[in-house]
Parts: sequence; structure tokens; C-alpha cells
Amino acid sequence: MMDEKQALALGDDALILGHRLSEWCGHAPSLEIDLALANIGLDLLGQAQFFLALVGDADALAYRRDEDGFCNCLLVEQPNGDFARTVARQFLFSAWQELMFAEMAGSADARMAAIAGKARKEVIYHASFAADWMVRLGDGTDESHRRMAEGLDFCWRFTDELFAGSWAGLRAGWDARVDAVLREAGLARPKLGRGVTGGREGRHSEHLGHILAEMQYLQRSFPDAVW
Amino acid sequence: MTPIWEVFVRAKGGLSHRHVGSVHAADAKMAVSAARDVYTRRMEGVSLWVVPSAAITASDPGEAGPLFEPAADKVYRHPTFYKVPDAVKHI
Repeated sequence: MMDEKQALALGDDALILGHRLSEWCGHAPSLEIDLALANIGLDLLGQAQFFLALVGDADALAYRRDEDGFCNCLLVEQPNGDFARTVARQFLFSAWQELMFAEMAGSADARMAAIAGKARKEVIYHASFAADWMVRLGDGTDESHRRMAEGLDFCWRFTDELFAGSWAGLRAGWDARVDAVLREAGLARPKLGRGVTGGREGRHSEHLGHILAEMQYLQRSFPDAVW
Repeated sequence: MTPIWEVFVRAKGGLSHRHVGSVHAADAKMAVSAARDVYTRRMEGVSLWVVPSAAITASDPGEAGPLFEPAADKVYRHPTFYKVPDAVKHI
């Protein structure tokens, strides 16, 4: 009954974005933001464990799988950039996750529904945190506005992929949510051509390989090492 | 300079909010969010208060003698001469 491909995609999204956010640890603009981003990263890591465990051995899937076996969307593997780009990536992704989990909470598969119910509460905060910073930076100083607009432009090209396949129906709700925040932030909706896709099929940007090299190094060099 | 806010956490229903520390935040909304992320990430609380540090008036350390020392020899002010039933918590 469960859609294994879907569980893998959601687990990989959460795993890779969680890892990206962990890269901010010790580098964020302030202690408060450092902890906020780490908290979000840990929420995502928890989601990844749940979803990957539905498919198989979560540790093996995270640490022993090659790049072309990952089916996370391209958005989550993009480098952090500055804080504004991280905020843009988080808002666009969390707004999608919030809608997707709301729908999945009613899933016929009890395990998917249970994970969605728990994750949704986490994601509501992620989306609200990121939306808040979109508005603060977009409607802030000239420099913060410029950086927020640049971050948004960069991330925008990867958003089409979120609505591939059975998730196409989430688009209208996502558009409405995003447009409302952009309006409040004084940011223009980016006008970009065709979106970049491929992550869901295992065709990734060069960035994923670097993430995996760091994430998988220990288990590849010392299989089954524990501490 | 980003303002400082004092953070108070209610550990669970029925208890009072207790001071736990402070955060930097531009406004009250950001302060609540920062307090949530810094001070309740290990299930420490069910409710938060944030108060601008600048709104707090403190006693003058130079007046600590007249303010606090007279209480030192008034042991009879402690309610230690009553038996508190075991079932009464949080006193």
C-alpha cells in the first residue's frame, strides 16, 4: 500500500536539508539563529529516520548509498549561501512540506499518516520561522532586501520539482502561501524560465556528491563504527 | 545594538514562570521565537514570557545592607513551625 518511492524521496529531502542546516552550526549570524537552524536540522533528521526506516535500514540508506540512488529534490542540496539564501530555501521548502504533510496526515497508509501528523507540527514552526525572516530581510535595509531577493531568485528555479507527479495538486496552495509572504516582504515573485529538475530521478547537481563525501566518509572507511 | 530580552519559562501547568536567561532580538515576536529555540529545545516548558531587559528596575547593590540584612535574624518569619502534609507539592 505504501508508496516506497515517495517515502524515500521524503526521507532523502529531510536528510539532505538537515545536513545542510547542520553546516550552519557555529557559523550563524547569532547564537539564537545558530540554535534555531540546528533545531530545524534535527527535526528534519528525525523525519529522515522515520521515512527511511519504512524503506529499509535507515543507516545503510543514509551512509552506504551512492549519489544516483538518492531522490531528494535539487532545492535541498543547494549550498547554504548567505543567511538570506538559506532562509529562502527553507521557506520555499517548508511551505511545501507543510501542505504535503497536511494532505499525508489523511493517508490510507497508517504509518505515513502517523509520521505526517508528527512532522507537520514541526514544519509549521519551520515555515513560520522562515517566513518571518523573509519579511524582516525583504522589508529591512537596502542590503537585506537585495540579498533576500538574490536568495529567492537563486532558489526559485528548483521549486518546479516539488510539484512533480502526485504532488502537482499542492501547487495552488503553495502559490497562495508564497505570494502572501512575498507581498508582505516587498519582494517580487521571480520570473524564471523552465525549472531545473532531476533530483527525484537521481540526477543531481555537483553539490550532492560533496555532501555525501562528508556525511558518508566515516561509515565507508570504518563500516559499522559506533561511538 | 539588538535589544536584550529576559526569558521566563513555565515548566508545566500550575507552576509559575521562572527566569531562565536572556536572548537578543529586534522585537517581541522574534524574542519569543528565539526563547523557544534557545530555552525549550529539551522539553523545558509549556509557556514562555519575554520581557525587555530595559524594563526591569533592579535594586541598588550599594543598598544591599539596609535592604536585606535586617531579615537575617528574623528566623521566626520562616513558616518552619508548621507541618506540611506530604501530598502538598511545590511549596
